[in-house]
Amino acid sequence: MALKGNLAVFTTTQLLNLINLSKKSGVLTIYEGHKTGKKLIMGDGLTQIDEVAPGKEVANLNFQQGMLVFAQMNGKDGHLASILQRAGKLNEDQARTIREKAAALNDKGLALRLINANYVTKNDIVRSIQKHAVSIVFDLMTWKQEPFEFKENVAPPDSHILVPIDLKNVIIEGTRIITEQKHLEEEIENLDFALKFPENPGEKFKNVQLGTNEWRVVGFINGKNTIRQIGKACNMTDTEIRRIVYGLLQAGLVQMIRPQSAEQPKRGTDLKRQQPANTRIERDVIQRLIVKIKNT
Amino acid sequence: MQTVKMVITGPFSSGKTEFIKSISEIEVVSTESPIAKDSPEAMEKANTTVAMDFGRITVDDDLVLYLFGTPGQRRFDFMWEILAEGMLGFVVMVDSSKPETFREARSILETFRAYAPTPYVVAANKQDHEDAWKPEDLRIALRIEDENVKLLSCVAKNKESVKEVLLELLYSILEEMDAPK
Repeated sequence: MALKGNLAVFTTTQLLNLINLSKKSGVLTIYEGHKTGKKLIMGDGLTQIDEVAPGKEVANLNFQQGMLVFAQMNGKDGHLASILQRAGKLNEDQARTIREKAAALNDKGLALRLINANYVTKNDIVRSIQKHAVSIVFDLMTWKQEPFEFKENVAPPDSHILVPIDLKNVIIEGTRIITEQKHLEEEIENLDFALKFPENPGEKFKNVQLGTNEWRVVGFINGKNTIRQIGKACNMTDTEIRRIVYGLLQAGLVQMIRPQSAEQPKRGTDLKRQQPANTRIERDVIQRLIVKIKNT
Repeated sequence: MQTVKMVITGPFSSGKTEFIKSISEIEVVSTESPIAKDSPEAMEKANTTVAMDFGRITVDDDLVLYLFGTPGQRRFDFMWEILAEGMLGFVVMVDSSKPETFREARSILETFRAYAPTPYVVAANKQDHEDAWKPEDLRIALRIEDENVKLLSCVAKNKESVKEVLLELLYSILEEMDAPK
């Protein structure tokens, strides 16, 4: 059972959140999108978007236990020498020579040669690959309609150097580049929800690099303050607070909850909070229903 | 005679009508309307519910359970609150193979929770479809962080599967009755 979809309806950020939270291992493939001419109907039965069929593969991201370990994308030279050159660890001539002379070596073999020849350190290699992988993810976060597929338990090729990257920071950093107000409004429809920390917040926030604005927001989270109130206290516009909350949500650092005093959604007619029906129902009624349905 | 009701809700084409048809003892009273042939929705299905679906399970001479299915299209959402009034609990149906409907499912879930704080379960429908997302993935996609909320695998055309979902909802109602106030 593969996880299939389209970035127009399930974004890269949401995908990374899913992979991170469920600690999945496998490969995420993004395909070139070809419009089929048909329309895809959204869940409201009204909104339609173009249906897009998968074409050729354009990016592959490998994950192990919810961590990104390898990324490649068409148009982003993934040769180790090129990665090191872009990170400023090799100059153009060195990179070209290495690419020519060590064409037969895979990444791991080449890395060993370069370290032994004192061209670079192991740390240089790790950081350069990390930078390369994260830049691919940031590019993907701006993609809007490509089809994707996540296949579980597919291991990356042995020849690649795997550098585990915690997705929480990538998600937080990546949401800073989201500029689409509409998307944020759809994701966080109601600003009258409160925020709370999940269980084991200490563990979740370990190694997370938040910016000043994110920390300001985090400081007001207590399960009672609404997103609107926090935004006001931090002197942020609705879009700014939505963007930060979206990042924290997707990174699994906070959860949205309905505060007691929250306004109800503006949907349907005037809503009146009802008494729970089952306070008037006897336990015996439910038990009889259970027996009946079991025997139906 | 006592009557009680449950509401089956969810996005457009999530399988609400099918769910009720699988378990109702009467021919489902359906307010389905044909979808215009030139409309893109017509590729999904021929008819859509415009007001409600109505099914019935008679327990005995004194007790009847009514199942109300909500219209999936947003333009009929004025019906939702009327249908939700006095419900025992509700089932949110989600088409597991259509990520384009997940956001709407989340929104409907929140709306129904606001109508009444009754127990509910989420049915990850169409689990027999090759593109179906697994229930545990749906839980994250729908942001159902509360582990006490049951997210159940479902195939609405299969009566046993529907029974399982309704039973889980009833167990949740019992649990809530037993919970300290």
